Amino acid sequence: MSFSPTIAVTALNATDNPGPGVGVIRALRADPEFDGRIVGLAYDGLEPGIYTKDLVDDVYLIPYPSQGKDALQARLEQIQAKTPLDVLIPNLDAELPVFADLEGWMREQGIGTFLPSREQLDLRSKANLVELGARAKIATPATRIVSSPDELYQIEDHVEFPLWVKGVYYGARRATNVHEAIAGFHEMASKWGLPVIVQAEVKGDEIDVVALGDGEGGLVGAVPMRKTYLTDKGKGWAGVAIRDQELFDLTERFFAATRWRGPCEVEMVRSPQGLSLLEINPRFPAWCYLSAGAGMNLPAALARLAAGMHVAPMRDYEAGMMFVRIALDQIAPMSEFEAIATHGELHRSREQAP
Amino acid sequence: MKTMDHPRIRDLAISGTGFVFDPHTGSTFTANETGLEILRALGEGLEAEAIVARLCARFEVDAAEAERDLGEFLLVLRRDELLEAQP
Repeated sequence: MSFSPTIAVTALNATDNPGPGVGVIRALRADPEFDGRIVGLAYDGLEPGIYTKDLVDDVYLIPYPSQGKDALQARLEQIQAKTPLDVLIPNLDAELPVFADLEGWMREQGIGTFLPSREQLDLRSKANLVELGARAKIATPATRIVSSPDELYQIEDHVEFPLWVKGVYYGARRATNVHEAIAGFHEMASKWGLPVIVQAEVKGDEIDVVALGDGEGGLVGAVPMRKTYLTDKGKGWAGVAIRDQELFDLTERFFAATRWRGPCEVEMVRSPQGLSLLEINPRFPAWCYLSAGAGMNLPAALARLAAGMHVAPMRDYEAGMMFVRIALDQIAPMSEFEAIATHGELHRSREQAP
Repeated sequence: MKTMDHPRIRDLAISGTGFVFDPHTGSTFTANETGLEILRALGEGLEAEAIVARLCARFEVDAAEAERDLGEFLLVLRRDELLEAQP
C-alpha cells in the first residue's frame, strides 16, 4: 500500500555532532511504501542536509526557536501555502516546546505531528530525571540541580567526584574537583542557561535505545544500541544493535510510567550494579537510521502515527546490525545556496515547484 | 547425560570462522577451534565431563589436556560474564 504524504523534517545539521534530520529522512526513504515528498526545514543555509539532493525535495528556512511561537507559526503558514505539509517531524530538543505549543494549530492546518506533551517534556528534562526514575522504578545516578556556582563547594556531600556537569539541554563536562566543576558550570550556564545538572559518574558500557511510544503507555518499538566507536566529543561514530530482555523491560517501564507520545532516545549505562538511566532525549537520535537498517523502521512508524494511521507494536529486529558513520563532501551548485540565501527556500522537483 | 542451561552462551552468534557476536552486549571476539567446540557444547547444555570427552574425540588429545583447555576457557567466559560465576 502506497504512503504518499508530504513530510517536513527539521535538524538537517549533519555535522560531526549531527542532528537527527538526515537519519530520519533516510529511514523514511527506506520505507518501501513511501513515495511522498520530503521537505527539509533548516535554520541555516549551510546545514548539510539541505544539499542531500537524493533525499530532500524542498527546503525552507525557518526562524530559530528563540524567536518564539508566533514567528514559527507565520513561517509555517507561508510554507503551507506553497508546499502543503501532511506531517511534521521536529528533531531538536530546543525546538520541541515551540512545536508542541503549535500542535493544535498545526492540526487545524492539516499538519499531523506525534509529539510528547509539554508535561512529558518537563518530566524527562535532566532536572527531573531522579523523579522520572522513581516513577518508572529505574535507577538513576546521584544527581543535584545547581543554580549557583557556590553550591558546588558542598557538592561532594551529595555527588562524589569524578562527576559530570551537564547543560539543561545539551553538553556535558567531566569534573574531578571543585575547580573543574565550577568551570563546567559557567560553560554550561553560558551556553544553555540555568539550571545546571550535576550527575555522578557511573562507569560501565553506555547503551542507548531509540524508541517510539504510542502516548497511551504502550511501546510501539525499540532498538537498543551499544556504541562501538566514539569521536573526540564522545559521540557515537559507530554502533551495533543489541538484544537484551532487561533493557527492553526497562524501556517498557519508562513508556508505561510516562505514557510517552512520540520518539525518544533512552541513554543508560550498564555497570556491575545494573542498569542506570542517564538521560531521556525527547526525539529521535542521529543514529535512528539503524532502526530501519535493523528491520524496525521507527521513523516510518512515527510518520504513520502522525498521519493518523494505526501502527501495530513492532518487536522484531536484527541484533548485530551495525552503523558506521562517514563524512562525505557533497557537491552542490551555487544556485542552490543562492536560492536558500536569497529566497529562504529551495525546490528540486520542477513539476511541483511553486 | 547431564545438561546445564547457559542462556548467554546459547544466544551467541557463532560463525564458522571463529568470529563470535554477543547480542546482549554488542561485544565481539574470536575463538580458535577448541574454543568454538567448547562454546557449541556449552550452548547444547553439556557439562564439563561431556565437554572433555568431546574435545578428546575431536582433537585427539588426552583428558588432562582437554580439562586444562576447558578450565582456561571457562575462566575467560566467566570474566566476561558470559557464564555465571562459580558459587
